[in-house]
Parts: sequence; structure tokens; C-alpha cells
Amino acid sequence: MVGKRVIFKNRRLPYLLISPEVILVLIFFIFPAAQALIQSLFREDAFGITRTFVGLANFRRALSEPLYVRAIGTTIKFAIAVALSTMGVALFLSSLANAIGRKALPYQTIIIAPYAVAPLVAGVMWFFMFSPAVGLFTYLLRFVGIQWNHTIIPAHAFLLVVVAASWQRMSYNFLFYLAGMQSIPDSLVESAAIDGATPMKRFWFITFPLLSPTSFFLLIMNFIYTFFETFPIIHQLTQGGPSNATATMVYRIYRDGFRGLDFGGSAAQSVVLMAFVVTVVALQFRYVERKVVY
Amino acid sequence: MIADPVRTRVFRHTFLIVGCMLVLFPIYVSFVASTLRLEQIFQRPMPFLPGGEFLTNYYQALFVGGRGLGGARAIGALVMVRNSLILAVGITVSKIIISLLSSFAIVFFRFPGRFIAFWLVLVTLMLPVEVRIVPTYQLVSSMGLLNSYAGLILPLAVSATATFLFRQYFMTIPDEMVEAAKVDGASPMRFFWHILIPMSRTPIATLVVIQFVYGWNQYLWPLIATTERRFWTLMIGLSRMLATADHQADWHIVMAITIIAMVPTIVIVLSMQQQFVKGLTESEK
Repeated sequence: MVGKRVIFKNRRLPYLLISPEVILVLIFFIFPAAQALIQSLFREDAFGITRTFVGLANFRRALSEPLYVRAIGTTIKFAIAVALSTMGVALFLSSLANAIGRKALPYQTIIIAPYAVAPLVAGVMWFFMFSPAVGLFTYLLRFVGIQWNHTIIPAHAFLLVVVAASWQRMSYNFLFYLAGMQSIPDSLVESAAIDGATPMKRFWFITFPLLSPTSFFLLIMNFIYTFFETFPIIHQLTQGGPSNATATMVYRIYRDGFRGLDFGGSAAQSVVLMAFVVTVVALQFRYVERKVVY
Repeated sequence: MIADPVRTRVFRHTFLIVGCMLVLFPIYVSFVASTLRLEQIFQRPMPFLPGGEFLTNYYQALFVGGRGLGGARAIGALVMVRNSLILAVGITVSKIIISLLSSFAIVFFRFPGRFIAFWLVLVTLMLPVEVRIVPTYQLVSSMGLLNSYAGLILPLAVSATATFLFRQYFMTIPDEMVEAAKVDGASPMRFFWHILIPMSRTPIATLVVIQFVYGWNQYLWPLIATTERRFWTLMIGLSRMLATADHQADWHIVMAITIIAMVPTIVIVLSMQQQFVKGLTESEK
């Protein structure tokens, strides 16, 4: 780790300064994570009185349970759907905004608003619009012959969760794509224009390839977002249903742990999820090190 | 600049306007619903223009509350606003102060364990609250901190992002600044308060916006760590009020609280838009 050449000399002060953070990390991060690892190797009864060492049985139980495997699949499907839809829309809108330059500020102001909106609030609003009893869209969809009911039809539930999450997440993608495009030198795009490339061609052959580091970064950040931050949306909109169509890994950790009181099983799932995150973050670090500089 | 044909320019503005309308639509529908009488919301279709019940509904939402679980009266949203504010401010302030202190130590001092401490903090990036939720709950419960503000805030009071950002920023501060302070005989803490903090206004402002939004929008942890109504945040209150069949919910009140729940964060993000956009896109890379 590189540091400064000029430093203060003091023996006790730095420890004092760093202690609040280190102590909180040890108590609220490292200790619970270690607990999860330990718990995942035990089976506890619902009252937490007896504890039996069961080795990897919790993992075997979780991974051999078709519903849990399905939750992993749902999580991945959900992450891919949200990433593709938000990145597609954000790329389109940000390229338009970038092309009109400074006049795009009012549009940018509106498009970033959902970043500030809580996932739960997004869930409540979409729940309202698609509610079988009062929803505006439920009513409108009837005219095109769709009987919308996400409380019964799994495909509707999955689609609704994807739409609500994407609505909330698009602004983040928009900001990063716009910043990425603004850092591309004008001269590159202009020389292509002089060579007679249409705006479409300039986008696909110059801008888009130059944005690949941004795209990769966003892909990973969107995955992390769908893994963790969409819990409120799912909890509000579908409660993981119908018939587990929207039960993601985090939703199952919550349901098994706090509704089912199966702490061992829930802890094993937490460990599986941790492995997921470590993989994703490691990928990200690798990428950061190799980041292409233009 | 490249001069594009008028047709291209019209195309761009048209689609940006469509995009903005799609973004605003759910918020607009919620706002309209928050100004209607409950019967009007149940009309098919619901009126598309705001009604005249704005004051009545927001008054009831803030001070009286709607029907909650099992038809019982829920608390007014004013209590929830206060709780959300305590949570958001508590998380923001503690994250920023703790991170400022530790990155000050990491950048401006040499001491054994410096390297380990920094990596310990970075590891927390891989341990979001969702991953350690059950053991954290058991820990906070055994400390007797369920249903308390300390229990709500402490597990969320550390930020690797903030520590990392301050560290990066401190590294760019020229050595001459430290040198000059030392020559003038300033103690490390004097340097921290009178030179470093005033110089760090930009990253602090960015982090205030990001962390306030993070704290205000928290859901899973408050859902588990609090059971008493007096600790309900806006998010918890909203979801509890909707834990009923959707034809029984007090939609006009729920929608008023929905609007109340998103106005503060939207105002903060938009009022510091330039700084926030720059900070976000530069810090997270």
C-alpha cells in the first residue's frame, strides 16, 4: 500500500482514530459472518436450546432441495433480466442525452429521480398500479384481453418484480453511461462524422465499444443490486410467490430464518450467498486492476 | 459540434420525453391517488387528474393514520418521519465521522496493523446486512438492543465505500500541506480539524447525499430489529399498512405516506445534483 512521504509521528493516536471503525467491523461484521459459518454446520431446534453438529448436512439439505435450487435459478434469471433491461434503456436514453449536450440537463434531472426512491416505495407504487382490485394497469390490460393477476400467475409476478426493480435501477445505469460517454473525446466521434458515419454507425462502432469498461462495471453492480437490494420490492409485491416464482436467495434467507426459524438452514444459505458475493467482488477487483485506460 | 439533421434532433427529444414520462408515471399516479377520496380510487378507471382532498388526506396521514393490521388504527406518519430521520441522520453521521477518522489514521500515520485494518474494512464490502442477517439479529437481541435506535443504527454504521473514498481523496492532498502544518507546530488533530476537514467538503457532501438516501431507504434491518410501533420508519409503516387484502387498504392514506416517504430523498438528490452525479460516478469506479 503506497502512502504519503510526510507523516505525523505518534504512537497511540492512530490506534485511537482507527479503533471505532475496527471495533464496529469486528462486532457487527466479522463476528456475525463467523457465526453464520459456524451455525451452518449445526442444527438448532426452534427454541435455540439444543445444538447438534451436523457437518455439511445443512448445505446438502439446502442444495438437494429443489425449491432452493430454484431460488438460485430465480435469482440469476432476475439479475440478468434487470441488468439487460436497465442497461438497454439507459444506454439508449443516455446516448440521446449525450448527443444534445447541455440541453439534456432537465431530462437528466427527471431520469435520476428514481435513484432517490426507496425500493420499498417503488414496490408500493407498482403494487398499486397492478393491484387486482384497484390497479390502473390491471383495468387497462383488460381491454387488450389480459387478465392481470400477479397474485396467482407466476409469470405476471416475475414480470412485475422485474419492471419495478428496473424502474428504480435505470437511473443509476443512465448516470454511469452518460459519464462514460462524456469522457470519450469529441475528436474521435467528430472524425468519424467527417468520414460520413451516420449517428447510428458512430454509436455502434465508436461509442459502444469504448463504453465496454462501463458496461462491465454496471453489469456487476446491477447483479449486486438485484441480489441484495430488491428484497423490499419482492417482500412488498409478491412475498416470493405465487408458488415461489419470485423467491430469491435473500428472500429465502429471510423466510427460512425469521418465518421458519430454521437458523441452521438459513445460515447455510447465507454462506452460499457469501460465496456468490465473494466471486462477484473478486471479478470486479480483477477487472479494476486491468482497467483499460483510453 | 456536429450538425445533425432536424429529424434526428426531433427524434432525440421525443424519445427523451417519452423516457421521462415513463419514469414519472408511477409517481404521478401515486400523487393523484393521494389527493382523491377512497371511493374515487376504487372507480374504474381511477380519475386521471388530482382531486381536492390533498389537505385532508395528508393531514390524516401525518397526524391520525389509516387502518393498519386487522383494521386497527395505525399511527400517524409524523412518528414514522421522525424515526426515518433519526435512522438516516444517525447512519450518515456515524459513517462519515468513523470513516474520516480511520482514513486519517491510515493515510497520515505509519503504524503496525495499518494494512490489516484497511483490508478488514474492505472485507465488509462482501458482507452486506442481508448476508449476516440471522447472526446479527441474534447478536443485537442478546445485547438487548432490539427496539432501540442504537440497535437500528450500529450494525449499519460502518462504510467501506466512505473509508475508501476518503482514503483516495486524502492521498491527493499535497505533502506540502502536512509539512507546512508541522512546521507551524500544529498537532495532528489540529491539522485534521482545521485543514483536512475543510478541504474535504466535496467528498463529504457527496457521501452525505449517498448515505442519507441509503439510511432513509433501509428496509430489511428495521423490519427485523423493531417490533414496536413507536419505532416504525416510513418504510416499515407503509408495508405494515398494506399487509391486508388490497381491496381493504386505505389507499388514499397509503399513497399520501408514499409521497411523504420519497419527497425528502428526491429533494436532497436533486438539489445537490451536480455534486452527487460527479461524486457517484467518480467514487464507485
